[in-house]
Amino acid sequence: MFDAYAVNTLAYNPELCNGCAMCTAVCPHAVFEMNGRKAQLVRPSACMECGACQLNCVTGAIAVESGVGCAAAMIRAALLGQKEAACSCG
Amino acid sequence: MIDIGSLTPTPQIFPATSRLTAANHWDHFLARMGYKRGEHRVEPGLYALGKPTPDSPVFVTANYTLSFDALRAALDGMDGYILVLDTQGINVWCAAGKGTFGTDEIVQRVFAAGLKNVVNHRKLILPQLGAPGVAAHEIKKRTGFKVEYGPVRAADLPEYLKSHKASAEIRRVQFTLRDRATLIPVEFVHVILPTLIVAVILYFTGGIVSSLAAVTAVLAGTVLFPILLPWLPTNNFSTKGFILGGLAALPFALTVFIRHPDWSWYQQLGQALGFLLAMPAVTAFLALNFTGSTTFTSRTGVRREMFAYIPAMAWTFAAGIVLNLVFVFVR
Repeated sequence: MFDAYAVNTLAYNPELCNGCAMCTAVCPHAVFEMNGRKAQLVRPSACMECGACQLNCVTGAIAVESGVGCAAAMIRAALLGQKEAACSCG
Repeated sequence: MIDIGSLTPTPQIFPATSRLTAANHWDHFLARMGYKRGEHRVEPGLYALGKPTPDSPVFVTANYTLSFDALRAALDGMDGYILVLDTQGINVWCAAGKGTFGTDEIVQRVFAAGLKNVVNHRKLILPQLGAPGVAAHEIKKRTGFKVEYGPVRAADLPEYLKSHKASAEIRRVQFTLRDRATLIPVEFVHVILPTLIVAVILYFTGGIVSSLAAVTAVLAGTVLFPILLPWLPTNNFSTKGFILGGLAALPFALTVFIRHPDWSWYQQLGQALGFLLAMPAVTAFLALNFTGSTTFTSRTGVRREMFAYIPAMAWTFAAGIVLNLVFVFVR
């Protein structure tokens, strides 16, 4: 069965991890867990692409194309011919 | 001699309490009803909660009344400073996504408030959901203040402050039945006017049942869907919506055979199919639009859903309406 949420843009390079554990502190969906001195990607499909881990990763070990997962915003952007969907609910 | 003191005035510190007044609760109600969405604001700047000393903790929040009030209410009985950022009346998480609850704004506010002269320590406690807009190491580099991410919910702050360590539980964002129910008025306010217009038009063209069908499909998508979300089968919002809309359409389809026993079988079937095709499409579309209100959908996933299901919604909706119209005019 097709699951739209099975894939996302989160990419992690454990070789760059310095073990600061910031990603485990900022992620609201427990996508990362500390395994010894390295962060480990444990629930990749739970990622909602908020971008918090990437922004707070000092070594650049995490990359994700962050954006709003909002159909209403994307439909509005498409109708108005905007490139980037921005949420406007307030 | 020039008086240096008058050239560098002490930045103002606003007083704050943990007590929420009736006026605050009324303001929260209006905010949740979507009344003047962008105008539930607090003056940005530094606030003194209770009687803080230079050793008291500093909490950072957005200038949305619901955010600020959740924080100060959670800190009941404690003394501390609250640094309110200018997020243009937007809550912490959404403002972080837009970048207004962000690194630059924090740096600017820390200097504007003269925070280094107010407190002895160099620590800021941020809501965890501010993190999508904030690079903690940048703040440290530019202000000397170390960012500490507190829990997701302000209500968990007393628990967090005991050890300054957050359990996995309070680091996870939830989407409880209560959270989802809170969203219903917001969802409903968005669609109420177009729904009424359509219902009136349908009343005079297709009759009371068609009018009720439209209202039912909309209520299913905006009221029932948020409540039933975790229990509806499949992972995609669109398919969940199609299923819920199908269930909502079933009684309408069945009553065709009861209301019009004199019709030929293809007229009955056509009318019934009209409900079964048009109503789920409406509910599914509204369900898909609910993605932005949830706490867990990724942009990649929502985009994949849109490409996969919006064409199906459009086609089934159009087919359903055509079938309904055919039997309005060809009788």
